[in-house]
Amino acid sequence: MTQDFTPTEMMTIAAARALTNDDVCFVGIGAPSAACNVARLTHAPDITLIYESGTIGTKPDVLPLSIGDGELCDTALFTVSVPEMFRYWLQGGRITTGFLGGAQIDRFANLNTTVVGPYDTPKVRLPGGGGAPEIASNCGQIYITMALTNRGFVDHLDFITSMGHGEGGNHRARLGMKTKGPTRVITDLCIFEPDPATKELTVVSIHRGVTRGQIEENCGWPVRFAKETVETPVPTETELSVLRDINARTKRAHEAA
Amino acid sequence: MAKICTLSEAIEDNVRDGDTLAMEGFTHLIPYAAGHEIIRQGRKDLFLVRMTPDLIYDQLIGVGAARGMKFSWGGNPGVGSLHRFRDAVENQWPRPLAIEEHSHAAMANAYEAGAANLPFAVLRGYIGADLAKVNPNIKSITCPFTGEVLAAVPSIRPDVSIIHAQRADRQGNVLIEGITGVQKEAVLAARRSIVTVEEIVNELNPPSPNAVVLPHWAISAVVHVPGGAFPSYAHGYYPRSNAFYIAWDKIARDRESFTAWIKENVLAGKPEDFARHAVRHAANAA
Repeated sequence: MTQDFTPTEMMTIAAARALTNDDVCFVGIGAPSAACNVARLTHAPDITLIYESGTIGTKPDVLPLSIGDGELCDTALFTVSVPEMFRYWLQGGRITTGFLGGAQIDRFANLNTTVVGPYDTPKVRLPGGGGAPEIASNCGQIYITMALTNRGFVDHLDFITSMGHGEGGNHRARLGMKTKGPTRVITDLCIFEPDPATKELTVVSIHRGVTRGQIEENCGWPVRFAKETVETPVPTETELSVLRDINARTKRAHEAA
Repeated sequence: MAKICTLSEAIEDNVRDGDTLAMEGFTHLIPYAAGHEIIRQGRKDLFLVRMTPDLIYDQLIGVGAARGMKFSWGGNPGVGSLHRFRDAVENQWPRPLAIEEHSHAAMANAYEAGAANLPFAVLRGYIGADLAKVNPNIKSITCPFTGEVLAAVPSIRPDVSIIHAQRADRQGNVLIEGITGVQKEAVLAARRSIVTVEEIVNELNPPSPNAVVLPHWAISAVVHVPGGAFPSYAHGYYPRSNAFYIAWDKIARDRESFTAWIKENVLAGKPEDFARHAVRHAANAA
């Protein structure tokens, strides 16, 4: 039994499914935050969610608007200072998974959230990296979730805010990184995973009702498909109702304050 | 020794034109009332330091009080752009803003190094990231023991740091609870410091011996400003006004509406105006 669902709901739920009970997950704001909390409220109740404000093991009832909403601290196992967060917990190698979003991504899952155009004379000045540069290098692996659009999935990034697989191949290892980097990119149309050798993002799973043509039209580089792609399982009723409930609670809470 | 005084005295005594100024609070406890007082006193040519510039520096940048800024994430959290910051970087309005951009990890390490009286911070950071190419203050250092190449950034040593906290006692000892961010490090790294507080009490009664207490002898001035962190929040006192953060997007989007908002709410305002935000929530909670 399934209901109708939107592409964004499919994206959030597919992203949530990437997480497991054993993950210690550094949560980016926005789409990643929704996915991580849906995972916690469905199949991964014991997952440890960490936000860069220093809140560790947090279980928010509504999704935070910022990474430091009081809700995160109120429901956390404990809260540490920001230097401790980045030094002991992230750089210390205690975090299995980082979940990031971004403004732009390239075929090797490098992310740009800094500028469009030249750095010194930008056409668009974006917020910048925040925690992302070190999340990308210090977490065991990285998941990325963002909608598949031509503006977001670009052939060339003006700026690499956080490194994914760099130029591809063993670039991370050449720079001395021991972590895996991006292992999955979940969009509203499909799921990409890096090719084991070249590290180029490759479509491995296509959401129901989406065509290869649609994926190609919305991506800024010539898309590679895996030899065998599968259809992403549609959302279950439980997954959909958990997602819709938390979104409704969140909307009420943010409008009230 | 902390002087317990009014906000206007604290800013007059401690914030000077041209200063390197850090106003910290990681989403929580952002010292908005102090930011407004700096605008009212017409301070200029400030070099601003803050991990997340947030609305407080969007306001200082928009009125032209800043010559430069060191930061690591310049957005309106969960909402979008800081429009005054963008206008300064993209169009040099109302004046050019020199930026020194870092990652959160580097800023946090740099504050900690400042508090520890060290000249620089070392971290395993910026690997494969382009910031290292555009910011000459991101350098590398080779570990003398293992040979590993690590990132190095200068420590942050503000002329003055300003934070907001929940409580102070009558000597000026300060208690901070909840998300403590880099506030302790920012105060200890600075030459001078101001702490605005929700309450001044006879006894701090920290909930645990490990709650963050800054002693009065490490602070220059303590000021009673209830509601002084609005529209951010004071844990245990009032929540973050996510509705105001959303509304700011429209206010700050164009120069005229921003300037009108500053005139009405900052230039014609006073520190006591913030108290209604704390009081209103107490009334709602009752």
